[in-house]
Amino acid sequence: MIRRVSTEEITNHIKEMCIEANHYLSEDMEKALVSAAAREQSPVGKKILGQLQENLDIAGKEMIPICQDTGMAVVFAEIGQDVHLEGGLLEDAINEGVRLGYLEGFLRKSVVGDPIIRENTKDNTPAVIHYDIVAGDKVKLTLAPKGFGSENMSRVFMLKPSDGIEGVKDAILTAVRDAGPNACPPMVVGVGIGGTFEKCALLAKKALARRVDERSPVLYVRELEEEMLGKINMLGIGPGGLGGTATALAVNINTYPTHIAGLPVAINICCHVNRHVVRVL
Amino acid sequence: MDKYINTPINAEITQGLHAGDYVYISGTIYVARDAAHKRMAEALDRVEKDFNGDGKLGQEELSHKLREALPFPIVDSAIYYMGPSPAREGKPIGSAGPTTASRMDKYASRLLDLGQKAMIGKGKRAPEVIDGIVRNQAVYFAAVGGAGALLSKCIKKSELVCYGDLGAEAILKLEVQDFPVIVVIDRDGNNLYEFAAREYAK
Repeated sequence: MIRRVSTEEITNHIKEMCIEANHYLSEDMEKALVSAAAREQSPVGKKILGQLQENLDIAGKEMIPICQDTGMAVVFAEIGQDVHLEGGLLEDAINEGVRLGYLEGFLRKSVVGDPIIRENTKDNTPAVIHYDIVAGDKVKLTLAPKGFGSENMSRVFMLKPSDGIEGVKDAILTAVRDAGPNACPPMVVGVGIGGTFEKCALLAKKALARRVDERSPVLYVRELEEEMLGKINMLGIGPGGLGGTATALAVNINTYPTHIAGLPVAINICCHVNRHVVRVL
Repeated sequence: MDKYINTPINAEITQGLHAGDYVYISGTIYVARDAAHKRMAEALDRVEKDFNGDGKLGQEELSHKLREALPFPIVDSAIYYMGPSPAREGKPIGSAGPTTASRMDKYASRLLDLGQKAMIGKGKRAPEVIDGIVRNQAVYFAAVGGAGALLSKCIKKSELVCYGDLGAEAILKLEVQDFPVIVVIDRDGNNLYEFAAREYAK
């Protein structure tokens, strides 16, 4: 059976999701921040985590964005192959939702139309959209506005197969250490291992959109996530980079088959304002 | 240690500031980030080009002309690296937290040499900026990144100075009250990011 979904409906959802994501953190992120504050050993770190808590309260109550960098809108659109989209083009519908959300929600317009000419598009479009055709008759939209303080600290390493898992660990620690205070810690670390050059970057981005309290179902990957979180939190960077034990809230890792000659690793870093809203239509 | 200071921030004030101090700033600060810094640098380039062209000005006269080419009084000023979200009705500003300072490294020393005394941002600075801080008895403060809603509460007034066409990157003049920052690099070149992380590294 074919199910019909109107693209107009998608526009409305995207608009609401832009506003929601920038004013309220998802409950998994809120919990992670509270538990980081409870465990933090540095007094300065504790103070900063307290301020972040206060910031979240103000943001939600007074509708002031959690962070002024309301990001470039990244959208994952998973379209069930039994869905028939009605109305205008899906891409236009998503961008219209972003445009309306950023205008009506008093969100910052942070997108330039060309990377070299750099003229602001004034409505935060276009979004970065990733489409997946999946089984079923639903449309799943994930909106993750991405701030660039942390995006700029992200890395891709094309490792050799002989580098193995130790090479992967070194790559993650190198990226996090280099990011330090620039990425607004406590950060969330999204890692993609395998695939090709672009696939591992996409895996890392998708890893950031996963709940921070959800571990990988693959045993060795789960162990790697836990080990790396422990190691990152021993770097001493701490909240705001001002020293402490809460440097990362989670390490989320995704893997994919790769070529006999390669071991691509991407590390996509997100600040403590790791925004993601999911809706299923 | 908690310290309360008022702008303008002069050498006498920076003398009392040490890496790790909590500082609350009141008074006037200016907002500028990437694109605004680029435009200020271009304005300075034009003055220097003219200077090299006629070769008649003395160094002091040149510095004076350079300062005049900037859109706000640079001597003893504080620049906040920030691009706010739009203000809702009845509020002076939207979310207003710091942006990554290292993107301004290319421009910072030149402004410090012309008299700017304080930079407010977040993240690491290049060695040449640290040299500029020491050379000019200046200071680099960090505000808490990602706390833009909280920080907006300390901003009482905001007005456009110039470059309005840059949108969120325009130069603004802010009146702030007890705006909370931490001294990261003081005028002796002490760097909080370095020694603070070392203390908790295992």
